[in-house]
Amino acid sequence: MDKIIQKDLVIIGGGPAGLAAGIAAREAGVEDLVILEREHQAGGILRQCIHNGFGLHRYGEELTGPEYAARDIARAEELGLDIRCDTTVLSVDGDRRVTCVSKADGLTVYQAGAVVLAMGCRERPRGALGTPGTRCAGIYTAGAAQKFVNLEGLMPGKRVVILGSGDIGLIMARRMTLQGAKVLACVELMPFSSGLNRNIVQCLHDYDIPLYLSHTVTDIRGRERLEGVTVMRVGPDRKPIPGTEIEFDCDTLLLSVGLIPENELSQRAGVALTPATSGAVVDDDLQTSVPGVFACGNVLHVHDLVDFVSDESFRAGRAAAAFLRGETPTGETVEVRDGEGVRGTVPQRLRPGRDVTLMFRPAAVYQNASAVVESDGVELARKRALVFTPGEMVALPVKAEKLAGVHAPITVRMEAAKHD
Amino acid sequence: MTERVITCINCPMGCRMTVSLNDAGEVVSVTGNTCKRGEKYAHQEVTAPVRMVTAVVPVAGSVCPLSVKTREPIPKGKIFDCMAALRELKLNAPIRAGETVLPDVCGTGIDVIATRSVG
Amino acid sequence: MRRETEILIIGAGVVGCAMARVLSRYETEILVAERMGDVAEGASKANSGIVHAGFDAKPGTDKARLNVLGAKMYPALCAELNVPYKGNGALVVAFQEEDRATIEKLYDQGQRNGVPGLRIVEREELLRMEPNLNPSAVCALEASTSGIVSPYELVYALADHAALNGVAFAFNKPVTRVERTENGFLVRAGEDEIACRVLVNCAGIGSAEIHNQLHKEEEKLKLIPRRGEYHVLDHPEKAPFERTIFQCPTAMGKGVLVTPTAHGNILLGPTAEDIADGTDVGTTAGGLADALEKARLTWPGVSTRTEVTNFAGIRAHEVKGDFIVGETAPGLWEAVGFESPGLTSAPALAEEMGAAIAASLQLRKKETIAPPYRKAKPFNEMTDDERREAVTADPLNGVLICRCEVVTEAEIRAAIRRPVGARTVDGVKRRCRAGMGRCQGGFCAPRVVEILAEELGLPMTAICKGSGDSYMLTGEI
Repeated sequence: MDKIIQKDLVIIGGGPAGLAAGIAAREAGVEDLVILEREHQAGGILRQCIHNGFGLHRYGEELTGPEYAARDIARAEELGLDIRCDTTVLSVDGDRRVTCVSKADGLTVYQAGAVVLAMGCRERPRGALGTPGTRCAGIYTAGAAQKFVNLEGLMPGKRVVILGSGDIGLIMARRMTLQGAKVLACVELMPFSSGLNRNIVQCLHDYDIPLYLSHTVTDIRGRERLEGVTVMRVGPDRKPIPGTEIEFDCDTLLLSVGLIPENELSQRAGVALTPATSGAVVDDDLQTSVPGVFACGNVLHVHDLVDFVSDESFRAGRAAAAFLRGETPTGETVEVRDGEGVRGTVPQRLRPGRDVTLMFRPAAVYQNASAVVESDGVELARKRALVFTPGEMVALPVKAEKLAGVHAPITVRMEAAKHD
Repeated sequence: MTERVITCINCPMGCRMTVSLNDAGEVVSVTGNTCKRGEKYAHQEVTAPVRMVTAVVPVAGSVCPLSVKTREPIPKGKIFDCMAALRELKLNAPIRAGETVLPDVCGTGIDVIATRSVG
Repeated sequence: MRRETEILIIGAGVVGCAMARVLSRYETEILVAERMGDVAEGASKANSGIVHAGFDAKPGTDKARLNVLGAKMYPALCAELNVPYKGNGALVVAFQEEDRATIEKLYDQGQRNGVPGLRIVEREELLRMEPNLNPSAVCALEASTSGIVSPYELVYALADHAALNGVAFAFNKPVTRVERTENGFLVRAGEDEIACRVLVNCAGIGSAEIHNQLHKEEEKLKLIPRRGEYHVLDHPEKAPFERTIFQCPTAMGKGVLVTPTAHGNILLGPTAEDIADGTDVGTTAGGLADALEKARLTWPGVSTRTEVTNFAGIRAHEVKGDFIVGETAPGLWEAVGFESPGLTSAPALAEEMGAAIAASLQLRKKETIAPPYRKAKPFNEMTDDERREAVTADPLNGVLICRCEVVTEAEIRAAIRRPVGARTVDGVKRRCRAGMGRCQGGFCAPRVVEILAEELGLPMTAICKGSGDSYMLTGEI
């Protein structure tokens, strides 16, 4: 017979988001909680991110991925958090019933008082690009290659082309080079890279790896193992321009063409998602459309920096704790909308009365510009910067006093520089 | 006089800076930067560029290799020497995170340390 | 190596494996030689997976006869072998009034071929049946006996059943030379010389070459490789179409279809393009765009937003248009030009030709026949109670390897251990769906490589994605 385990809080995912949510919830007084992690160890994707650059905001120092994860894991252990590894969640329903499976415990059903979704994201594969050609061996997402190299000590190839200039792709360009592979090119469809400048310099420039902006891979050759790819320049419509073919002889193509929040479980739980982020629609408590179900980290929206994932997840953990105490505010929510030049603002709803930080991405590169938050023609907050790029998420704090009395929808938009 | 063009890494702006060097290799001027931090970075980058090196090293008896890093950045020119030295390394568990696995790598005075624990 | 066998089957596609299974009921010795590293590596893995009702083929042809017979066999065969099959029905839709004549012609043809369950449906009812269909549809031929099958899973099951009854399989054995000897044939396959009494040629796109080595000039055949490109979309919560939707056929074939697959994905395609190289299964930008554009006529709401992959398959089109089946020379039994509806027809052909071969060799039926290997119910399709039992029975069912398709470690190991087991990452993928989903193996491929290495007693660097030298890894760091 079904044995259902009552649990105040079930956190799905033991990566940086789930760990932070668990830590914050316990610190806020939630005793009865469990973190369900599908891998053999907690830490999530950080385990394979052996490079440094994590934790600058949170700790003021540059840690490697394993070191960053270790600090949260140590804190979780100190707090005695119950982290169930090797445990895969199979379903969550709208009544917060979580079904999971593991080798050790078999099938387990939890009835949770609150649920935090912290499943992270996955990489877009080749199929999602529709790149034609053969289906030979040697085509990997950058993350899969990173797993092979850093967690298994195995090399996926020797002559490499990288499609997409996301940070994982850039990091892998350097990683493969340092391990003796030849990285021939990094190819980016857009006229700008979505990776951090620092990675472009230290992962590409340092090793003389050319970055082809406004280019894409248009053909993949090789019957058994990859033998080569064709790269072409694309026009403003992102369509290949005939006559611009460049042929590369390579045995490996790594894809770093975007991350997608992994929301299959959320969807089946009835959580409303938005195409702008591919994540849940949340309020400023990070509560989704399903009461008592919260979302944070890359499953909510893809972040650039783990520091912000942790920060957001601490808030989700505290909010879940407040929900369990019956202290979740109930007032009217105001909608937050993407305005001109803005995409994927989180949260999408808020209750005026508290300080809130709006996070979003500019839709294009803006120089000498401002991001403006307004409602009914009244400016609520503004952030100026020399440059805004789609590769860098913007965090824009709005003060509680500015939000007081706001009833009309709030819009976030980019404003180009005014010329005096 | 020589000139070098470098990209600033301090912020998303990514200023393309032109650094002029005299025959003694001293910086004469930096142009193209937007802020002071850029100028400072340009000086460092053309005179004594340094980089952190991170890698993994096999550990006898462990499926998963050990992730390691240089405790401090090392001269950029020593990166491949450092990797070569790491390839020669033979490690046995247990190793604690933070433990030195290779002291004074390539005469840089900087140790390579474990970034996770194994065994 | 020199080997001898009474019956040599060339080609381990659906025909070869169905033949092997039928012949394995007799007291004889059977070897299947396959050029690739697994069964179902040619057209059998890359097609629409449709069990055609049988109205397309010209009455009186082998195509028509075997199609109708085969379609009738499918429900029971798939039940016996535990292969995903669904009798979802099909519609051939006329999108303009001029096409009504074609629909009527297909209806008549179907009647003459003896296809049950045909009727013409008018627009209003049609749009009620399939609300996502282009509202410009005029009418359609409904074929209620049409179905969908997982084509490669059928071949795996056929091969397993044959193997359990003593059939030997030899992989990576491309046949390069065939000659007649005093009491049969001598076949050069890879490094092997294989002597046999009876030769069964079901080498798909390579079958004409074998035929031509054993026939006079005027009897030679010419196969045109006809490539078809497809888009595969992720399985949606609710399928946009319940039935397989065809457009009116053209000279090049049945046209682009939109169909759910036996696993609930959505398939768009195929294009039809005659090409020179029968092994070129690469997709092209033009072909993929064409498939999508044509699918839009059927399904105006089509989008590749949820596309998981694309692929191409090669149909072996014989210039004269019909199948070439039967004993074409003494001791030489063939299935050449076995293009669509080849998948549907294969079980019928195997029964028919298998019986004829057995008669010609005066083979005795075995006293007992081993039952088929039955793949366990996929974890993904189990109820919670079934899952609980499955994990109790084998704790490795508690280890989820492929999160997109919900495949457990126990299922992956079973895919490797079954009679004709997976030896490659793709072999695992097609046998148990690990890596078949949204992330296309991004998360699970490293684990699958590890499990394959463990099961096969090989280093991880020796594991290949598919046939030949499709190595996954180039060495240790």
